[in-house]
Amino acid sequence: MRLWSRGSEGGWPWLAAGSVALSLLALLALLVLLGSRGLVHFWPAPVEVVTLDSGERFAGQRMRQERVAGDPQTDVLYRTGNRDLDGNYWRWVDADVIDTRQRPDNMLVLEREHWGEFLGRLVAIRQSDAATPLPLSGDEAWQVLSARLERVEALRDQHRQLSDEVIEPVARRLVALRSAGKADPAQQAALIERWETAHQRLAELDAALSRDTLILESVEGRRLEQPLAGVLAAWQPNAMTWMDKLFHWARGVGAFLSEGPRAGNLEGGVWPAIFGTVMMVLLMSLIVTPFGVLAAIYLNEVAHQGPLIRLVRIAVRNLAGVPSIVYGVFGLGVFVYGIGGQLDSWFFSDSLPSPTFGTGGLLWASLTLALLTLPVVIVATEEGLARIPVQQREGALALGATRYEMLRRVVLPMAVPAMLTGVILAVARAAGEVAPLMLVGVARLAPQLPLDGEFPFLHLDNKFMHLGYHVYNIGFQGGDVERALPLVYATALLLVVVIVVLNLTAISLRHHLRARHRALDR
Amino acid sequence: MTDFTSEASCFEVEGLSLAYDGKPALRDLTLRIPRQRVTAFIGPSGCGKSTLLRVLNRLHDLNEDVSRQGRVVLAGQDIHAPDVDVAELRRRVGMVFQTPNPFPMSIYDNVAFGVRLQGIKRKRVLDEIVEWSLESAALWDEVKDRLHSSAWTLSGGQQQRLVIARTLAVQPEVLLLDEPASALDPISTLKIEELIRSLKSRLTLVLVTHNMQQAARVSDYTAFLQDGELIEYAATDNLFTNPRLRRTENYITGRMS
Repeated sequence: MRLWSRGSEGGWPWLAAGSVALSLLALLALLVLLGSRGLVHFWPAPVEVVTLDSGERFAGQRMRQERVAGDPQTDVLYRTGNRDLDGNYWRWVDADVIDTRQRPDNMLVLEREHWGEFLGRLVAIRQSDAATPLPLSGDEAWQVLSARLERVEALRDQHRQLSDEVIEPVARRLVALRSAGKADPAQQAALIERWETAHQRLAELDAALSRDTLILESVEGRRLEQPLAGVLAAWQPNAMTWMDKLFHWARGVGAFLSEGPRAGNLEGGVWPAIFGTVMMVLLMSLIVTPFGVLAAIYLNEVAHQGPLIRLVRIAVRNLAGVPSIVYGVFGLGVFVYGIGGQLDSWFFSDSLPSPTFGTGGLLWASLTLALLTLPVVIVATEEGLARIPVQQREGALALGATRYEMLRRVVLPMAVPAMLTGVILAVARAAGEVAPLMLVGVARLAPQLPLDGEFPFLHLDNKFMHLGYHVYNIGFQGGDVERALPLVYATALLLVVVIVVLNLTAISLRHHLRARHRALDR
Repeated sequence: MTDFTSEASCFEVEGLSLAYDGKPALRDLTLRIPRQRVTAFIGPSGCGKSTLLRVLNRLHDLNEDVSRQGRVVLAGQDIHAPDVDVAELRRRVGMVFQTPNPFPMSIYDNVAFGVRLQGIKRKRVLDEIVEWSLESAALWDEVKDRLHSSAWTLSGGQQQRLVIARTLAVQPEVLLLDEPASALDPISTLKIEELIRSLKSRLTLVLVTHNMQQAARVSDYTAFLQDGELIEYAATDNLFTNPRLRRTENYITGRMS
């Protein structure tokens, strides 16, 4: 068969189609890798009780096995948890020395606030108001634990609600009254009374929370006392049905998306990072769009098209190629130290030497990224403006429109889809940038969101978390690589999803606007 | 009607010369355009007839590096005088282009565009003006049921009449037509020509055309331009049946090289 014959189409369509297919395949591979490695992390893995030839027993979740090059033996990696008992979270075992592996139904996994996971059995519960611990075993142990855990969760909710909705607002109002100077004694007394009753209630809740202590036993036979208040979740993976596991998985993903990080970012969720990323990108778009559009209007509509403008245009296009870290350095020097330092000395001199705006923050990061993406918006908008037919402009002028009216009513509405294309490209670029952010305000841990109910609601001077930096941080800065790796994949997948969602929002907006001038694309 | 001197004049062009980048486009033109008549400019491509048209509402201002001598007087006023409001001049001297250029808005908004620029916002008034303009452009019956659909959904001929309606809506004194039918099919062309004749009673029309039959059919006076010079200017009947100059005769009979 001759593919490359003269007279026929030849092979070039295959070459072109092949490169498209290759790109799509690479993209698919990326998503599959991130998805499989990241999402499997939340699936409840079965717990094996392993007996070695030596008679030693331990429990763990089998992660993977590896063959060392030039070594005949295979090593198996187990996630054993119980770091407070033996100091290790992982255990490598030579596959040849494993005697038996069992999956007993009553193996319990506890997710704890400190020390990570516990693997083992519940043998008793001690109540602070009872003299002796209540011994438990088998199914009964699991039922009692579930009931007690539910009670603790309800108490925790009440605790959170009380401190969020009563204690904090009252305390804030007291401070405000005091700083205003003319406090009404009756009002102040009433507030203090409310505060004190709430505190009393809080102390009661704390006591109720710390009532139960679990007495746990590992497979090796070592005992451990664990306050129930420090237990976040409990499950018996070996006894779970498929549906149970799916439910558990969904809850795990939900918690990952909605909670703040714990334990050196290796546990808990990434909600502050999602919020920080979206917030920064939105703020960046709000800053870059008007600047970019105005600059493009000047370059294309106002300025005399001479050699100077051509030079400016070349410079703008070249700015898009400057490495992002350079923008980070610029942002640090000009925004953070320059403008931020000046703002501090003018308006926040009370709190100096601790800086308010003179350190990295949400505003400076957004401004730096806006600068980074400015050329993209300018170029896209300029191309959109240049595409508008001269007949449209002359038509408007011939009806007695001034140049401003022509721009405002005919040219700009027609160029809106092009501007949005610029914003889409800018968002895509900005959401993925990490390097400049490290200089101008991203934080390893900033659980407090930059947007809250406290005046002025949007805290532009706050440091914030970012998914991209989170990936870098847990992947390279944490100690436990094995624990971090699934989270790296999951966070990377999430970053991709966030960027896609942001882009789809802008694209649907553009589609909506373009439908109004559909004929332009004929 | 063929008596030139008895007509009241609308435009008076006196010694007009125009050069782009030093290249002359119009050379020392002097002519009077009579009021409420159709005047046609004919001539080979690049003869300057479109340039002359664009001088009349100062659209040529948009070009850079233009130098001009001479005067253009509209109703007693020099349109290049420094105190002239260009936007107001262009409202008084409307223009229709070769390719229909409705804005990407509804039919209604297209017609109301120029009126709204004048600051008229009341819906009752706008409705009235839109209906009147579309009727004047012989388009009302075809679009009255879909005033709020996009102007781009109209056919080419309808779009051109819409553009004329849009121009009429701001009550111009003069309507400049730059080859208004050259992009249209014969039936649409016929409709535009009818429209031009019917509008004569209300305003002055100046038509640039490549089509000699069209000039003969619709215009009262015809000016023949070549290389930026006015060669012959006369009542249309005279110019076509009895041209004074050999160059004119060669052109209108198609013996132009």
